[in-house]
Amino acid sequence: MTAQATQAAAAAAVTAPLLRVENVVKHFAVGAGLLGHATVHAVDGVDLAVNTGETLGLVGESGCGKSTLGRVIVQLQPATSGHVYFNEVDLTKLRGEKLRRVRQQMQMIFQDPYASLNPRMAVGDIIAEPLRNFRIARGRAAETRVQEVMRVCGLNPNFINRYPHEFSGGQRQRIGIARALVLNPSFIVADEPVSALDVSIQAQIVNLMEELQDTFHLTFLFIAHDLSVVHHMSDRIAVMYLGKIVEFGSTAAVRDQPLHPYTKVLQSSVPIPDPDLEAARRPILLSGEIPSPVNPPSGCRFHTRCPIAQQICSEVEPPLEKKQDGHLAACHFPGKL
Amino acid sequence: MTAVDGISFDVDRGETVGIVGESGSGKTMTALSLLRLIPDPGKITSGRILFGDRDVIHMSDEEIREFRGADVAMIFQDPMTSLNPVLKVGFQVEEAMAAHRRFTSKQSRERVVPMMQRVRIPAAAQRVKDYPHQFSGGMRQRVMIAMGLSNEPSLLIADEPTTALDVTVQASIIELLRDLNRELGAAVILITHNLSVVASLCQRVIVMYAGRIVEEGPTRAIFKNPQHPYTWSLLRSIPRADERGHQKLLSIAGLPPDLSNPPPGCKFHPRCKFRIDKCFTEEPTLDDVGGGQQARCWVLMSNVPAADKGER
Repeated sequence: MTAQATQAAAAAAVTAPLLRVENVVKHFAVGAGLLGHATVHAVDGVDLAVNTGETLGLVGESGCGKSTLGRVIVQLQPATSGHVYFNEVDLTKLRGEKLRRVRQQMQMIFQDPYASLNPRMAVGDIIAEPLRNFRIARGRAAETRVQEVMRVCGLNPNFINRYPHEFSGGQRQRIGIARALVLNPSFIVADEPVSALDVSIQAQIVNLMEELQDTFHLTFLFIAHDLSVVHHMSDRIAVMYLGKIVEFGSTAAVRDQPLHPYTKVLQSSVPIPDPDLEAARRPILLSGEIPSPVNPPSGCRFHTRCPIAQQICSEVEPPLEKKQDGHLAACHFPGKL
Repeated sequence: MTAVDGISFDVDRGETVGIVGESGSGKTMTALSLLRLIPDPGKITSGRILFGDRDVIHMSDEEIREFRGADVAMIFQDPMTSLNPVLKVGFQVEEAMAAHRRFTSKQSRERVVPMMQRVRIPAAAQRVKDYPHQFSGGMRQRVMIAMGLSNEPSLLIADEPTTALDVTVQASIIELLRDLNRELGAAVILITHNLSVVASLCQRVIVMYAGRIVEEGPTRAIFKNPQHPYTWSLLRSIPRADERGHQKLLSIAGLPPDLSNPPPGCKFHPRCKFRIDKCFTEEPTLDDVGGGQQARCWVLMSNVPAADKGER
């Protein structure tokens, strides 16, 4: 590569997002009967871009499709339609060895540090498995690398022969992080990485992830239901409701000036560890239940529960569009609640 | 193993008290002891539990059956496993009253719909005929609360009642508990790991660590002026939704102790940044620190210089 080409590539890397999700749809078929099967619209047309080195927080309540979106992004599940570009390469078009090569760059950290580690494998083998899968290192070299990653993740490298049950929840999550890190990835999807942990352990893992991001220039997609930890971790935030992104913007903009009524409701619901502020906080309580993703509402999906819904909301689906500088919302009446 | 060691506290009539702690801190065991529901082979080896002037520990089997459910009701984290899946919801609420015979069977039947309305279940008159699987998680928890309150208990113990619920649903359950506490005057003991929920609902807080009360007092004092290093650190280790700018979370090193082999001295000393020599060998007592607040610490945060706390 010429010097010029290298420079151009470097410039492109700065401007182009590391990951770009384009109109991704993921449907699941459920049940089978005389009338055919029903379809769960888990993710229903999502556009998203994650920039190099940032943490994008993806927040939403259970069943909104945030985990499914994370799994589709790393191609653990195929998208029903749409595209996932990683470094401008469309992953949905890749198969076999080519996909494996890209996957080396993108890793995942899971919620449950108990279920996501094989209880019959020693910790060293768990962490080394990606190295073997990708035929990067074996034997002594693998062990050295594993011990290095363990140290970085705050695990005692002498525990390489121990089994997961000998570790606490927080340490197991460190093992999961070490496994994700061992291949030196550039992008990590972390799906609720701290929600199964005790309060005093959550901060350890949050701080570890922040340190690792600085040290290894990682890009995170941080998926969580807890708005407090998402605010803390993220540079930008995407709010998801029933398979759609309803709001997207910088953490400060979304926090201080939420445009979508659902974001506002979510924020008003989160308790703050301060009794004075709590005495003044008035949560906006939603009526009704979250609609079924099998049969999502017409128009805006939030209109059945939205405190400010009008006629148009049930008829016309609002697109996710720019309302302010870099701040997007899918709402006919942004900022009105 | 000593899961809970030397816990003493009072709950006044109509008061809301939060018991906070992490897994294994003994908060649930404390609550279960109040109802003498400690699972085998555990037992209460010493102490007294007084409800009014009645001693719960020495109640006969018949008395304790009447006490549980009628005087004190308990709701749990997972409302699905606490409801019978093959019985209609209305029947289960009625059954809770029938079990204690405080109301005639006619009264019990007539109270079902009003109870379900009281916990704000929409279309309660129709929904009594539904089964638990037809209810969402939040609505199931409301049913549990309706069952718990149906006998007009004077104390409601809620063990992690919102932990399994989404945040918007959690908000509505907290509001409900607050309203019911005001309307019915039943005292509430809220057991949770979530400090924010305690700040929202409780007048008084009990902080537990390693089977002990380490700090106790009025909610405002505990949050604004925590004296035990554990409480102090915990409050700085949780991210806040209203955080402005990025503040690094305080990370409490290490793990809670193994209670079958607890450390000598203060149980928190292996993780404590402010420990002194005495903490290694002598367990502190829970002492008054003023303002109705008590703490189990040899140091106390008010004696720690601001510079050592990392504060400007």
